[in-house]
Amino acid sequence: MATGIKDKVAIIGMGCSQFGERWDAGSEDLMAEAFNEALADAGIEKARIGAVWYGSAADKINVGNSAIPLSTALRLDGIPVTRVENMCATGTEALRGATYAVASGAVDIALAIGAEKLKDTGYGGLPHMPKGTFNDLWMPYGSAPAGFAQLAAGYRTKYGLEKDVLKQAMARVSWKSHQNGAKNPKAHLRKAVSMETILNAPLIADPLGVFDCCGVSDGAACAIVTTPEIARSLGKTNLVTIKSLQLSASSGREQGFKDWDGSYVPNTRNAAKAAYKEAGITNPRKELSAVEVHDCFSITELVTMEDLGLSADGEAWRDILDGVYDADGELPCQIDGGLKCFGHPIAASGLRMVYEHYLQMQGRAGDRQLPNPKLGLSHNLGGVPYNGVCAISIVGLEGA
Amino acid sequence: MSIAIGIRSFGAYIPARRMQRSEIAKAHAWALPGLRGLGKGEKAFCSWDEDVITMAVEASRDCMRGQNVNELARLCLASTSAPFADVQNATLVASALGAPRNVATSDQTASTRAGLSALSHACESGASQLLVAGEKRRTKLGSAQEMLFGDGAAALLLGSGDDLLATYLGSESLSVPFVDHFRESNSDYEYAWEERWIRDEGVGKLVPEAVNALLQRLGKTAADVAHFGLAGGGARADGFAAKKIGIADAAVLPDLRNNVGDTGAAHSLLLLTEALERAQAGDLIIIAAFAQGCEVIAFEMGAKGSDTGRRGLAGNLARRHEETAYMKMLSFSGEIEVEWGMRSETDQKTALTQQYRVADQTFEFVGGKCRDCDTIQFPRLPNCVNCGAFDTQSPAPLADEKAKVLTVTADWLMFSQSPPLYMGLSQFDNGARMLMEIVDVGPEGIDVGTPLEMTFRIKELDKMRGYRRYFWKARPIVSAAGE
Repeated sequence: MATGIKDKVAIIGMGCSQFGERWDAGSEDLMAEAFNEALADAGIEKARIGAVWYGSAADKINVGNSAIPLSTALRLDGIPVTRVENMCATGTEALRGATYAVASGAVDIALAIGAEKLKDTGYGGLPHMPKGTFNDLWMPYGSAPAGFAQLAAGYRTKYGLEKDVLKQAMARVSWKSHQNGAKNPKAHLRKAVSMETILNAPLIADPLGVFDCCGVSDGAACAIVTTPEIARSLGKTNLVTIKSLQLSASSGREQGFKDWDGSYVPNTRNAAKAAYKEAGITNPRKELSAVEVHDCFSITELVTMEDLGLSADGEAWRDILDGVYDADGELPCQIDGGLKCFGHPIAASGLRMVYEHYLQMQGRAGDRQLPNPKLGLSHNLGGVPYNGVCAISIVGLEGA
Repeated sequence: MSIAIGIRSFGAYIPARRMQRSEIAKAHAWALPGLRGLGKGEKAFCSWDEDVITMAVEASRDCMRGQNVNELARLCLASTSAPFADVQNATLVASALGAPRNVATSDQTASTRAGLSALSHACESGASQLLVAGEKRRTKLGSAQEMLFGDGAAALLLGSGDDLLATYLGSESLSVPFVDHFRESNSDYEYAWEERWIRDEGVGKLVPEAVNALLQRLGKTAADVAHFGLAGGGARADGFAAKKIGIADAAVLPDLRNNVGDTGAAHSLLLLTEALERAQAGDLIIIAAFAQGCEVIAFEMGAKGSDTGRRGLAGNLARRHEETAYMKMLSFSGEIEVEWGMRSETDQKTALTQQYRVADQTFEFVGGKCRDCDTIQFPRLPNCVNCGAFDTQSPAPLADEKAKVLTVTADWLMFSQSPPLYMGLSQFDNGARMLMEIVDVGPEGIDVGTPLEMTFRIKELDKMRGYRRYFWKARPIVSAAGE
């Protein structure tokens, strides 16, 4: 009988590069920036790292495939380094690999790192990522916003919501993240914007305007994990431990079978259920101190609030407009600015979310510090709502 | 007495987009003010993802409504502008229709009379077949052809028996080196001689010669002709020839120049479909095609068959989107290169191995039906999308199934030659569901619940290698007026 990952692995060091349009830095520079911070935070020698899980998603414009770019950039000599890729859930995948390695006893200390250099494409938005020779023959290739924009059609139809009411709630999502991002020195977008600006922005994929879409950024983030025992032997106190790591991948059912109504993301519901069980959480809205969700687009964050069981079905838009998820609300969401404003270097994002929880729980979050956070949830969506992956990680203070 | 040969069914396809000719004339007025005289009416033009093959497929589907495609023994495609010089275009049409593997296919080309030549050959040989003609010709900017030519396709199902829609009476061919226009094999544009010479020496002499010879052989006179159509020869050539022959003005079919344009090799067959839609039992139909002489054919209208739900020419004419953007027409036809930005740089190489492995899925739009749980699905993968059972699916055609929009967006970010790119989940009435591109969205727009039908289109153009791959897209049914 599986016993789950709760409290078996502790995070002893984390790093996160400055996110943004890093014209000054290549992928190797970003990896080093995040890694050096984590190593200093952990207070260990590089040689103590026994294995590495490295994530990168867009290999055509990044550093290519395999783990070699990472082992070369960090000069990791002769240790196992594995590359993982699962679209926007890649960062959490790296953490999952490193965490499981430690929990299994295979290594004492492992590194999870994700890095993405998106701003070498020459244009805004994400690069085209082919889907294979068969899918190329039939599947229409919309942009990422086009994939998620369809949630808005499904959601407003299900709940009989007027288009402009939903648009208001979506705008409120982005407004809140801009408020938060302005307080984060590592964030890509550090400027508050008005509701009016958000609502009147040019359309990208109906009904998503420019301000309903997250930043496309360069960046890297990483975590050094070990067992709680080793962490304590290194002199660490107030340990932040992994409570849960769950993943759900589409089988093609959402886009190929009639039973999904297009208004939510089944993968999130599957992963959330498993994650709450693993972490022993029964009332997430009350028990979680903060959430970092995959707000690639405003509508995604809106439906995710319901998919995670934080808002009742059909009520997220109202909770959002009521300020439930604001920095001073009942359950702060995207306190670091989220993908929207911290930025979204794909493979780094899952680890960036955990980084924020880690800082918050250690009281190191500066101007955006929350009072006594104990338990934080991170949520990634890769692909599109009807064909993708969802990764959820929950971290918290040991014993929480 | 031999068994009667003739037409069992017919179909048509005219692209929904209709360019207002006045806008073309306006664009050229600075240099070519004389074009204003041609700047009347509208012409049908293909979207970027339509070509002779896709139009031929649609016209053939219209023709094959209520007919058994499994009985197709022959398929002939006539066109001077089919996309492939080497790859039998007719074979791709047959594949999309789901014709049997052993169907005999052929392409007829090299003249705008190819459509009528093929019809006359087919009727003389007596072999039952599907004959389809389509045309999408390139024209130089500012040329008379740019104003006059239009895109379209027509299809005829030919067979024998005593229950024909129209019975073949006979045909006449006159083949002389009268070169009114020409285009070499590797040229993009035609070159045409003076209209007055074509009218006086060509249409005025050759068409009457051929038509009179046929009428005489049939023991008929010009007064017996109930419907007369002439393809080729320029504007008003039909009325001019009719007068010379003695055919009444009232018998001359509307020439489609005002609302479709000259559709080249397809034009004679479109005129014939027009006649079939108008004719009463017993009517004599004479259709001629002028080019390097004249091809002329005669039919006698039989009893109208039962309603197959065919759109025909009339239905296609009614389904129109008025276009005034001349640049859009030029971009769709490839005459100008719009700077689409870096997103358009994606390599569109087609894995021909993969294409052949799944040919029935992509050309014919055949998904799978699971024998364990009855779920219809696309694509047809080894395991059922619903119950997960392995190797339980039998072929399930989707091309003629109706669907509705489940989710939808208009994508302004992704590269599309016809922005915005409409896409969403199509929920088929039979339970199948898939992500599809949605085309021909009219000013009325689309939303969740909009009824959809399937249409065969170009999926991608591989400009690097000169290849195009095809797949099915969804189209709002509401954009078809009168439905």
